[in-house]
Amino acid sequence: MQINKITDYLWEIPPTEKEGMRVPARIYASEKLLKEMDQGVFEQITNVACLPGIQKYALCMPDGHWGYGFPIGGVAAFSLNDGVISPGGIGFDINCGMRLIRTDLTLADVQPRLKDLLNVLFNKVPAGVGAKGFVKIEKKEMAEVMTRGLNWCIKKGYGWAQDRDRVEGGGCLPGGDASHVSAHAVERGVGQLGTLGSGNHYLEIQVASNENIYDERLARALGIFGRDQVVIMVHCGSRGFGHQIATDYLRVFDSAMKKYGITVRDRQLGCAPFRSPEGQAYLSAMACAANMAFANRQVITHRIREAFSQVFNEDAERLGLETVYDVAHNVAKVETYEINGKPTELLVHRKGSTRCFGPGRTEVPTLYRDWGQPVIVGGSMETGSYLCVGTQKAETETFGSTMHGSGRTMSRHAAKRMIRGTDLQRRMEEHGILVKAVSMSGLAEEAGAAYKDISEVVDTMDAVGVSKKVVQLKPIANIKG
Amino acid sequence: MTQSYTFLEDQVISDLVFEATGDTPAELFQAAGLALFEGMADTGRVQPRIRKEIRLKHAQIDQLLYDWLSELIYLKDAAGLLFKEFSVQLNQNAEWNLVATVRGEPIDPKRHGLRADAKAVTYHQFDVVQTETGGWKARVVVDI
Repeated sequence: MQINKITDYLWEIPPTEKEGMRVPARIYASEKLLKEMDQGVFEQITNVACLPGIQKYALCMPDGHWGYGFPIGGVAAFSLNDGVISPGGIGFDINCGMRLIRTDLTLADVQPRLKDLLNVLFNKVPAGVGAKGFVKIEKKEMAEVMTRGLNWCIKKGYGWAQDRDRVEGGGCLPGGDASHVSAHAVERGVGQLGTLGSGNHYLEIQVASNENIYDERLARALGIFGRDQVVIMVHCGSRGFGHQIATDYLRVFDSAMKKYGITVRDRQLGCAPFRSPEGQAYLSAMACAANMAFANRQVITHRIREAFSQVFNEDAERLGLETVYDVAHNVAKVETYEINGKPTELLVHRKGSTRCFGPGRTEVPTLYRDWGQPVIVGGSMETGSYLCVGTQKAETETFGSTMHGSGRTMSRHAAKRMIRGTDLQRRMEEHGILVKAVSMSGLAEEAGAAYKDISEVVDTMDAVGVSKKVVQLKPIANIKG
Repeated sequence: MTQSYTFLEDQVISDLVFEATGDTPAELFQAAGLALFEGMADTGRVQPRIRKEIRLKHAQIDQLLYDWLSELIYLKDAAGLLFKEFSVQLNQNAEWNLVATVRGEPIDPKRHGLRADAKAVTYHQFDVVQTETGGWKARVVVDI
């Protein structure tokens, strides 16, 4: 496939490369990252470029790798009038995302009790296959959780009022309607509120050191003071509830496309016109799943606060356990961008991509509006993660989107052939990172070598000017399912 | 009976892929069910203590397989069960009718050698074919 270099960090596949492409495909990557990308990325992003109503470009972020329909790292914006909505552009784990919680504690405070803290967290935040959450709710209360999201948590005492200002969209996407959600989805999700899941999901205790702060002013504005400050990062999503909604609607769209005369190059790109009854029903169900994920990460935050309070024998408020921010990296949103000189509402799909609005944008909470939206980028459990902020340039360059993490470079089987879970656990302990995992084979699959170099990924989008590095966060303890 | 499954390593970068075979469609479905749960746990350690019945139908056999595996994933979460025995009856009239009995027990992280958690069956490279020798084969990619 012909891939033309536009700049050192931007590559383009012209529409002439595949029949049916309506727009070019653009990939953000350093030359090294581009060379390492699997061929599936180029195949999939050019398929996305064929979808009806797509605007400007089909985009892929530097952490891109092969996915289902869209590649992971895929971003595409569609006209509301003649464009489509596609579950493959959001992912099975609707609103898989990241939350970052800061503390007033430092490594010196936490290190002596780290093992105890990890054990308490492991008990309070269940992970792995079949894990059940501590929140016991009836199925009928699920309707309130899926339509109110974070607001339900705060009402129930699982959140602080100020958490609402520190979660994307206030932790509640509008338009969720429980009538568009199947009984199967409710039954899958009802016992899972407050659980991590498995695979690449985790709860990680990290440290912000002075030498890893790139912008001290920005760091302080986001509640990071450095000096080996301890923070906590959570990566998880909507659990079985969201997975079932995605399954249900992929099935609906698979047969609905005939009705609308839509053909797609990949069955996982199943879609429907945005304004169709099927499209609107999925949008509503997707909002329900997104709200469930925000609620899930909020309940987990509540348990993290309990754990710290228990181990350090102090109120969580006095320990400074504030949410820094919470972002979705698998979601579709209606947002306004300039198209042909006019402000235009578009449906932006982000699959393994994080929104990164800049200073002044009204969607950014007042607390951060002068600085830009915080962007939480999860790395592998051996290499660490990043906190960045969005920029105004992102809005014209990438529909306000940037990377979400490292992106995998090798299959799970290859990772397990490379190292055993127990050996990896020992190696990480030798490097000062404690790990508790439900599945040792699952742990091996998440070895650092199975992922791209997170710094190269983050540096790419920093160089492009779409998201700016604030601080790199180093892991000291990790829980995996 | 010659039902079997094989995990296809390195076929997708982040998830679970298997190929299931059977002399009959019913055997194919049984093999696919077992492969799905073997990807999640050591089914050798699962006791067949609890019984569930599943009834499904569809005009197309590939979509029926998708629905069958999706239903098993739903039961894994909704009922908290891992299954190890699958007894499937499949009949085709105007459409394919499936009646199955599956047996397993509640998920126990201490005993079951848990592996990856299946989120969903995907349509990625999804295929059900009848082979030249009259047997059946399916390729399935599961998002984990």
